[in-house]
Amino acid sequence: MREHLINLGHVVSDAVWRVGFASRFFVMLIVYSGTALRRLHLTIREIYFSGVLSLLIIMVSGLFVGMVLGLQGYDTLERYGSSEALGVLVALSLVRELGPVVAALLFASRAGSAITAEIGLMKATEQLSAMEMMAVNPIARVVAPRFWAGVVSMPLLAALFSAMGIFGGYLVGVRLIGVDAGSFWSQMQASVDFREDILNGVIKSVVFGALISWIAVFEGYDAEPTAEGVSGATTRTVVTSSLVILAADFVLTAFMFRGT
Amino acid sequence: MNRVTLDLWVGIFVASGIIALLFLGLKVGNLAAANNSETYLLLARFDNIGGLKVRGAVKAAGVVVGRVADIHLDSESYLAVVTMKINKRYQFPRDTFATINTSGLLGEQYVGLDVGGDPTMLKEGEMVTKTQSAVVLEKLIGQFLFGKAAEAGAAAKK
Repeated sequence: MREHLINLGHVVSDAVWRVGFASRFFVMLIVYSGTALRRLHLTIREIYFSGVLSLLIIMVSGLFVGMVLGLQGYDTLERYGSSEALGVLVALSLVRELGPVVAALLFASRAGSAITAEIGLMKATEQLSAMEMMAVNPIARVVAPRFWAGVVSMPLLAALFSAMGIFGGYLVGVRLIGVDAGSFWSQMQASVDFREDILNGVIKSVVFGALISWIAVFEGYDAEPTAEGVSGATTRTVVTSSLVILAADFVLTAFMFRGT
Repeated sequence: MNRVTLDLWVGIFVASGIIALLFLGLKVGNLAAANNSETYLLLARFDNIGGLKVRGAVKAAGVVVGRVADIHLDSESYLAVVTMKINKRYQFPRDTFATINTSGLLGEQYVGLDVGGDPTMLKEGEMVTKTQSAVVLEKLIGQFLFGKAAEAGAAAKK
């Protein structure tokens, strides 16, 4: 009995300690971000690795998600004789929810895991300690550029995802099934509001980008410096950031689209 | 990879992201329609607005000329006051008739403006005086049933 209680206490205090460390790490990250922004090429390099290399997967999945939405949406709307509203359905679901969320999930598994593995391996091979020995702050040199690259890349990727999805919906809805192109676009334009829908979607994706990057760099920095530790940290990045994205999405949606 | 190619790729990435955002704003959203035109406000009082919502369309002869900006209840007259944002390009005479219509059987509701013949035009912030409320289906059915019952009663007396 006593042993179980000790274990329970250990688990809880460990979790609390980790959350505290992650928060302190986040503050440090912001404090040392000056270097990442002054030496912009460091951040640009990371935008290449997390943003540009994610382009293909994001755009192809966006296209397919939009095409599926077009097929399924048409099937349901047709029953109520309002298949012209297909454009509205595709655009609103992509811009408000699917764009930011699915792009963030893909980004977490494509780029977040890579960031964790890279930083974790740097730690395991004592590159981070070597930097400290040379009076180079590893948070400023390694962590901050990766964080800001994620924050910058995520909204762009989400916008590309939504745009490709709407194009996919157009391909299936208008080109394949034969919904009227005029009403497809005009009904979409009539009911998608720039501030209400598109800007809120962008805000969501910026928040998700910050969350994913924070979790990824933290897990990498905090990883046990062994092969096993790095692999565990990489898995934790994907699992934690996926859960955090979905939870944060619920909270943001509740604030943004309540009522009206 | 050298730095120029890397910068080039990042440039392409950022540019395409911005183009996607512009596409969303201009082609998918209503940014082009909302910002390129100046608007003025008109008010209208209705007994019942039915299911009219903020951001609903305002149409004249089927053409969208503006949007519903605000709906609230006047606490003195207990009438619904609808504020409409109308495109500056369109001016309406003082005796314009405002009705609440439904697009299709299950479609959303909109404000329809039927233009009158008065030479003076409505100005910013003025009230459209002639209005007709939304048709409430329950009331309509109720009237129909009462009418039927009265007919049946009259028939039974004879």
